[in-house]
Amino acid sequence: MKNDLVLRVVGKLLIPFILLFAVYVQFHGDFGPGGGFQAGTIFAAGIVFHALIFGLERARKVVPDALVEAMLAAGVLLYAGVGVAGLLLGGNFLDYFVLDADPIHGQHRGIFWVEAGVAVTVCGVMLKIFYMFASRGDGSGGGA
Amino acid sequence: MLMAVIVLARTRNLFAVIVLSGIYSFLMATLLVALDAVDVAMTEAAVGAGVSTVLLLGALRLCRSEEAKPAHRPWLPLALSLATAALLIYGALGLPDFADPEAPIHRHVAPRYLENEIDVPNVVTAVLASFRGYDTLGETTVVFTAGAGIIALLRRRKSKRGGDEK
Repeated sequence: MKNDLVLRVVGKLLIPFILLFAVYVQFHGDFGPGGGFQAGTIFAAGIVFHALIFGLERARKVVPDALVEAMLAAGVLLYAGVGVAGLLLGGNFLDYFVLDADPIHGQHRGIFWVEAGVAVTVCGVMLKIFYMFASRGDGSGGGA
Repeated sequence: MLMAVIVLARTRNLFAVIVLSGIYSFLMATLLVALDAVDVAMTEAAVGAGVSTVLLLGALRLCRSEEAKPAHRPWLPLALSLATAALLIYGALGLPDFADPEAPIHRHVAPRYLENEIDVPNVVTAVLASFRGYDTLGETTVVFTAGAGIIALLRRRKSKRGGDEK
């Protein structure tokens, strides 16, 4: 698929918007439909699209393996970290009310970071699974 | 959707099966939009129709594209799934009417979720991240575990074949 002009042009046009839409879904999740899971998968889908059109190696250069593996763990740690932050500030585990002087703001802050953690982990796992499957085939012929 | 399922069950060409299941996922996503579950529809479209189709195509490259003939006639599994379906439909008859405001589920905690003392307009996000924060932490851990499992499984196989991965 690397040499298909139509795919390359359309891909170049669309991928920035897919990634932007993922970020929008992430940060607008409080007000409209969306949130961490959706944003993570849409972001990963954008990268997978890139890998399909421009080849796995170029996608790996953009989002290297080490980063993906770090994302896997970082998301869960971020989520749990929000819970621990609540503990340290004198509340219960995952109690967002204590994260800010204004409890409502605290809730918003907690939800924001929690959703960020979910998005990072989901995106990392999707990409990792894709990389793993796609690179297995490379040994036995046939490029992605 | 029913058409897609029937054709899915009858085709032996795995490539067609993958494309059809992608179509099925998109139809499912539109159905979810019609049911006002936009959050789930988004996930279904991105995961079911997008990423998993790509993953299945990747897996298809590693094996033959024609399904093997089944060893024996599928009467027992067919009977089993029909019985399960009948049981589920029988159970669904006992559910309250669709969108009935007096249904027990709408009278228990839902009013409090909707009143929403934390001032987040999207109730799904509020429930997911705040009211049910523990559940979501668990889910994220499950997703993480899935990723870690994939890494553990596929890496080892690679190094056994004499690859130069770490």
